[in-house]
Amino acid sequence: MSEPYSSPSSDVMIQFDRVVKKFGDHVVLRELDFSVKPGEFVTLIGPSGSGKTTILRLLMTLETADDGTIQVGGEYLSHMERGGKLVPADERHLRNQRKRIGMVFQQFNLFPNMKVLQNVTEAPVRALGLSKAEAEQRARELLEMVGLSDKIDAHPMQLSGGQQQRVAIARALAMRPQVLLLDEVTSALDPELVAGVLAVLKEIARTTDITFLCVTHEMQFAQDVSDRVMMFDQGQVIEDAPPEQLFTQPAHERTRSFLHAVIDRAV
Amino acid sequence: MSDNLGRIISTLLEGVPVTIQATLGGIALTIVLAFIAGLALLSKSRTVRVISRIYVEGFRGTSEMVQLFWLYFVLPALVGLQIVPLFAGILVLGLNHGAYGAEIVRGAVQSVPKAQYEGAVALSLGPFDRMRRVILPQAVVEMLPPFNNLFIQLLKSTALLYFISAHEITQKGEELRPALPMGDLTVIYAVELIIYLLLAIIITVVMRALERAGARRLGRKPPPRSKVFSSATAGGV
Repeated sequence: MSEPYSSPSSDVMIQFDRVVKKFGDHVVLRELDFSVKPGEFVTLIGPSGSGKTTILRLLMTLETADDGTIQVGGEYLSHMERGGKLVPADERHLRNQRKRIGMVFQQFNLFPNMKVLQNVTEAPVRALGLSKAEAEQRARELLEMVGLSDKIDAHPMQLSGGQQQRVAIARALAMRPQVLLLDEVTSALDPELVAGVLAVLKEIARTTDITFLCVTHEMQFAQDVSDRVMMFDQGQVIEDAPPEQLFTQPAHERTRSFLHAVIDRAV
Repeated sequence: MSDNLGRIISTLLEGVPVTIQATLGGIALTIVLAFIAGLALLSKSRTVRVISRIYVEGFRGTSEMVQLFWLYFVLPALVGLQIVPLFAGILVLGLNHGAYGAEIVRGAVQSVPKAQYEGAVALSLGPFDRMRRVILPQAVVEMLPPFNNLFIQLLKSTALLYFISAHEITQKGEELRPALPMGDLTVIYAVELIIYLLLAIIITVVMRALERAGARRLGRKPPPRSKVFSSATAGGV
């Protein structure tokens, strides 16, 4: 650990540098290194419980790393430079960093005390300082894009899972994030609702320059939409390739057996 | 039936305004203290948590009546400041039930799923907005049933104000006792019980209405009207 951590650079949006995360004695990330370029759509695949979600939660500052650094857009995420040394970031720094990052959760996490429209306008008004009118206009556009214009006045609890997840996507986009984290966003949905959510995400990936980091078990979706797929296992990225290559000719034996197990065909 | 029933009822009803004032004042103070102390129990700062814990355990763990005597009899002797009985009563009722209420607030805030907090963090909401806009509106709905209990207990505790001669229901009853024959004792205390019961039912009706409004706000199915209270409110609704 003698060499310096890599310095911020502008052609990298997300940079993990020797990130270590432990839960008790269990090491989830072992000096994990990887980077994502601006505008890239990168999907993480790998066995359940291997720590893929932990990577997203670290980026959303919902967890803190035990060692190593994470940079987003060339700035340290959970650290600040003070007197030439890296120190843990304070709440203000974290809040500024979070503004550039959005996250869509497996369980949607909509606020039940707010109607659909307010779920989407609340953070732009409170955290970005938009006027209510601006925020509402943006929210209406986004809700139209996800096909929920008619649900603006509904309570989240009155919506199907798929509709709730589409509201959650609109809510995350309303913050105009540079990076969008997708944490198994279709895993909690009934099978017939999955396609609608994935179609919305494909459209966003196609029409915006948002950088995506996605954890999913939807292999077809990963293959269709990703620029790059990373196979993650035992705390490390063990294979990193464009989807057409990784899904058809995986180089690593573990990737092969994983794909064999999750896809109902020989790879 | 006693010939004095009319007199008993009208005298006891004279005590109702003070009982209601003490109850409402006590409830207002209870709510304020419960939220301050309850949120302080969840503070990141150890000092703040310890101070709040001392308040909660101190007032919850000592006798309400002795607290009242301290405030009304001992404090004036020590600092020479005599408090009006009603205010002394409100202060003790509020301080005491606020200590119980603090645990209700703390428990309800902690019962809001962590996912809600994480959703708010992911949207860059600051700690204040997270609590005020996301967590508390959901927690308050959970607090209503236990607060209903607490407020009814507070109402019944107003009878303690008899000991410091506030002119509430119980004190009116004791005033009446020597003036009437022994046989009327049952009537006096029966009427007292009924008045307290009616006041308690009013509290419950109000709190149930708030519960239903809260459930609607969260897009939940409102709790069903219970049979007892739908008949109790049938005249007014």
